[in-house]
Amino acid sequence: MALLNKKSQVVLKDPLMNNNPITFQVLGICSALAVTVKVDTAIIMTLAVVFVLSMSNTLISLLRNFIPTRVRIIVQLAIIASLVILTDQVLRAYMYEMSKQLSVFVGLIITNCIVMGRAEAFAMQNKPGQSFLDGLGNGLGYGIILIAVSIFREILGSGTLYGFQVIPSAFYDSGYVNNGLMVLSPGAFIILGLIIWIQRTVFDIEEN
Amino acid sequence: MRQSNSYTLIFTGIVTIILGFLLSIAATSLKEKQELNVAIDIKKNILRSLDFPETQDEPWTIEIIQEMFDKNIISYVVDGTGEKVDGMKVEDIDPLTQGNLSPVFCKKRKGKDVEGYAVPISGKGLWSTLYGYFALEADGITVKGITFYKHGETPGLGGEVEKEWFTHNFIGKRIIDGQGNLVGIQVVKGQVDELSENAFHQVDGISGATMTSKGLNNFLMTDLQKYEPFFKRIRTKGNS
Repeated sequence: MALLNKKSQVVLKDPLMNNNPITFQVLGICSALAVTVKVDTAIIMTLAVVFVLSMSNTLISLLRNFIPTRVRIIVQLAIIASLVILTDQVLRAYMYEMSKQLSVFVGLIITNCIVMGRAEAFAMQNKPGQSFLDGLGNGLGYGIILIAVSIFREILGSGTLYGFQVIPSAFYDSGYVNNGLMVLSPGAFIILGLIIWIQRTVFDIEEN
Repeated sequence: MRQSNSYTLIFTGIVTIILGFLLSIAATSLKEKQELNVAIDIKKNILRSLDFPETQDEPWTIEIIQEMFDKNIISYVVDGTGEKVDGMKVEDIDPLTQGNLSPVFCKKRKGKDVEGYAVPISGKGLWSTLYGYFALEADGITVKGITFYKHGETPGLGGEVEKEWFTHNFIGKRIIDGQGNLVGIQVVKGQVDELSENAFHQVDGISGATMTSKGLNNFLMTDLQKYEPFFKRIRTKGNS
């Protein structure tokens, strides 16, 4: 990390843990529930959000001195929406199966509060380089939680991890069954709640 | 200056034009690839409804699907009386003017008899039109498989129609009753009572998806009626 100065390091690292957009700010929950049944969908979703978030932050930051204040949200949304549509089109062309599984949730990145929130709260006030790092950090912070939740859900709900069987068939023979709740959205809520609880206890974060 | 109306209009105008331009470039340049994906996906579903299993060691790539389809599937067009239309390809059907013509995809592996017929099905569920394929065994009576490749039903409820646990239940059901009348397949509420005399053409329902199931029952029946002359010929051919 010697490449980055101290402030940039904070900008990049803060959203990964201390100020994680999902577990701390509790934003972007909708997609966190929807695409975490399997690890592979969570990874692709993470990449999509990282791309959209870092690019939208950079572009909006570049334009920040030119965007008319009265229509700034509309301009931000237009940029974000274009990036999301672009991502969706690329997925459809090169990862068709994946885009079918992610269905509407790629499109819904447009309304993901994290993206809008970072554009409005960070990119409008900071330089492009910093904004890019902020987008990257927040995207990865979102992704870490997404992937963590999906690991639990896939193992407990389907007995697989990244598509490979991890629970031996001997378990099933002796009466073990996959937990159906983990495949449904409430399963994600429970896992997410537990992660938030553990994080807040271990790192002693308090609401102020 | 930055707050004036004309600046705002010009700025948003320029941003819109640039973004629109970039998106249309992306959409046009990726279109061909996307259309290929859709076409392959349809072939994949035809194969799947005809009980070609996709194994985990050999995931289906575009090439494999293309090859399997070309080798094992014979497609032709039938008219309203179930008669094969010679010299006409499935792609040539214009659904707007030639509604009486319908495609049939026939599973015929080299050196073997016909192993099944797949026909397209589509119709309204709750929110959307569902598209899929329905396949019968060579006897023209027993269900070989059903798949859905496109729909906009609620994920987790109506959207479950595409899941294997649901479609699997169709296999082995019969669309004809003892008297030879077409009865179609019925998705029931809850579980099928195996002792009931209607169990031969009933499958377990999806809880929370009553409207989707009802729609499915209806359009499946409509589509099967359309193909009934064709399947009738197959049945009588088999008996004679």
